[in-house]
Amino acid sequence: MFRGARSVVTFVVVVIALAAGWELVKLLGGDGFPGWTPPFQWQIASDLNMPHVWDIAAAFVEPAQRNGPPLGFVLANAAVFTFREAFGGFVFGAGLGLALAIVFVHSPLLERALVPYVVASQTVPIIAIAPMVVIWLQAGWLSVAVISAYLTFFPVTIAGVRGLRSPDPRAMELMRSYAAPTRDVLLKVRLPAAAPYLFAAFKIAATASVVGAIIGELPSGIREGLGGAILNFNQFYVSGPPKLWAAIIVAALVGISFFAAVRVAEVVMLRGRVAVAES
Amino acid sequence: MSEAVVRFRAVDKVFGSGADATKALDRIDLEIPKRAFVSLIGPSGCGKSTLLRLIGDLTRPSAGTIEVNGKSAHRARLDRDYGMVFQSPVLFDWRTVMRNVELPLEMSAIPKRARATRAQEMLALVELTGFERRYPWQLSGGMQQRVAIARALSFEPAILLMDEPFGALDEITRERLNLELLRIWQQTGTTIVFVTHSIPEAVFLSTHVAVMSARPGRILDVIAVDLPQPRNDLTREDERYFGFITRVRERLRGGDAARPRAVEVAAS
Repeated sequence: MFRGARSVVTFVVVVIALAAGWELVKLLGGDGFPGWTPPFQWQIASDLNMPHVWDIAAAFVEPAQRNGPPLGFVLANAAVFTFREAFGGFVFGAGLGLALAIVFVHSPLLERALVPYVVASQTVPIIAIAPMVVIWLQAGWLSVAVISAYLTFFPVTIAGVRGLRSPDPRAMELMRSYAAPTRDVLLKVRLPAAAPYLFAAFKIAATASVVGAIIGELPSGIREGLGGAILNFNQFYVSGPPKLWAAIIVAALVGISFFAAVRVAEVVMLRGRVAVAES
Repeated sequence: MSEAVVRFRAVDKVFGSGADATKALDRIDLEIPKRAFVSLIGPSGCGKSTLLRLIGDLTRPSAGTIEVNGKSAHRARLDRDYGMVFQSPVLFDWRTVMRNVELPLEMSAIPKRARATRAQEMLALVELTGFERRYPWQLSGGMQQRVAIARALSFEPAILLMDEPFGALDEITRERLNLELLRIWQQTGTTIVFVTHSIPEAVFLSTHVAVMSARPGRILDVIAVDLPQPRNDLTREDERYFGFITRVRERLRGGDAARPRAVEVAAS
């Protein structure tokens, strides 16, 4: 509990430091205010490019549209919507990634045959894949989750193969001496040994799934999520820069929350093990 | 030697093929009687671990036949006739001590309650009662190795195969575990095949010491150690104990003298 409190304090301190740094840049090279002319003129620090921290904060409580609900409320709904897609993408991706890893570990032939395509899949930009997925599956929650899964399965496959192969060779001989069936070797030795590797990959996949979901919303024409919000506020940036920044902050919060949730699951699942006890 | 548990007939083991082929074991004939404690001793590369792995069907012979309990080594493995203990304990760090000992029992259709009882008995046998809920990394090296022994014995294997099980331990722990192993051997009546580098350890523990030579691996001699049982700390001060140590040492040296010196340097 103490360690948890300490990391919350650290998080808050870093946020305050970032905000202070942001405002310092604006103080030195921004648009200034009555009675203060900044010594420098940096284009990036203008109120248009870098709105004041308090303006961004204020944007959350102001209505997003005339007579509409506050932006914070709109973004919270969008965040829930996007998180649902990201979670779907995470589950699909992690499942597919782990399944591939299990297949590869048990079949060197399939590993040799398929790994090049798995790697190649990651060199094709998601922007190129996303519209096709939308055409195949039609715009909707499912297609966004599939696009998100495209980003999440890869780290799980790579870490999974590594982790499933990580047991001591003598541990495998031990299981052999028990005449253990392949299923028992997988469930009792390979998977538990792979767990720390998998959780490292799940953390990458969790954040990647949010990115995938946001990008996936764009070609799908989905407006209810954070991707829609970001696209919208980007188009009308000049009329309200803080809104886009607010949407970016919410997107980051979704990613951080997902990451933290995976971390909590990791600590619970791996409790009692050396690596966790020491970290 | 009426009832042999392990019987090797003209067993060869060759690693690699063609020009790279190395003969690890050459025409091994060996009989291990029931309830015997046989040590395999010899220089590095004499194939003593390979011999152990052949008994346990972790590797197959290139020629010859191996019989275990009157059946093939393969059949014996499928029948779970072997308990294995390696130089490192190879415990699973995500399982408690108790659940590590239970692991082999999970592979057979033993009910959960019976598994726990059995594991508890085994932990009592190696004097680790009270450590059931600990994790392996919370134990000392000697205690971890005792857990490994408890695990190997949990399903009552006919043969316990031990590959330098105390090689990584300090001398004091090692001597204590030697005594414990003898007590366990007496209590369980298991046949034990034990690989070691230590001549005193081999003599102290064994009913038979198989002295091996390297390149190719051969059994030079099987010395029956008829020191009185049960052995204890006094055995280590017995004149005949030192006599056996000298015999084993001379046999090892005799085996080495037959080969060119350069090979010996490469082997060590």
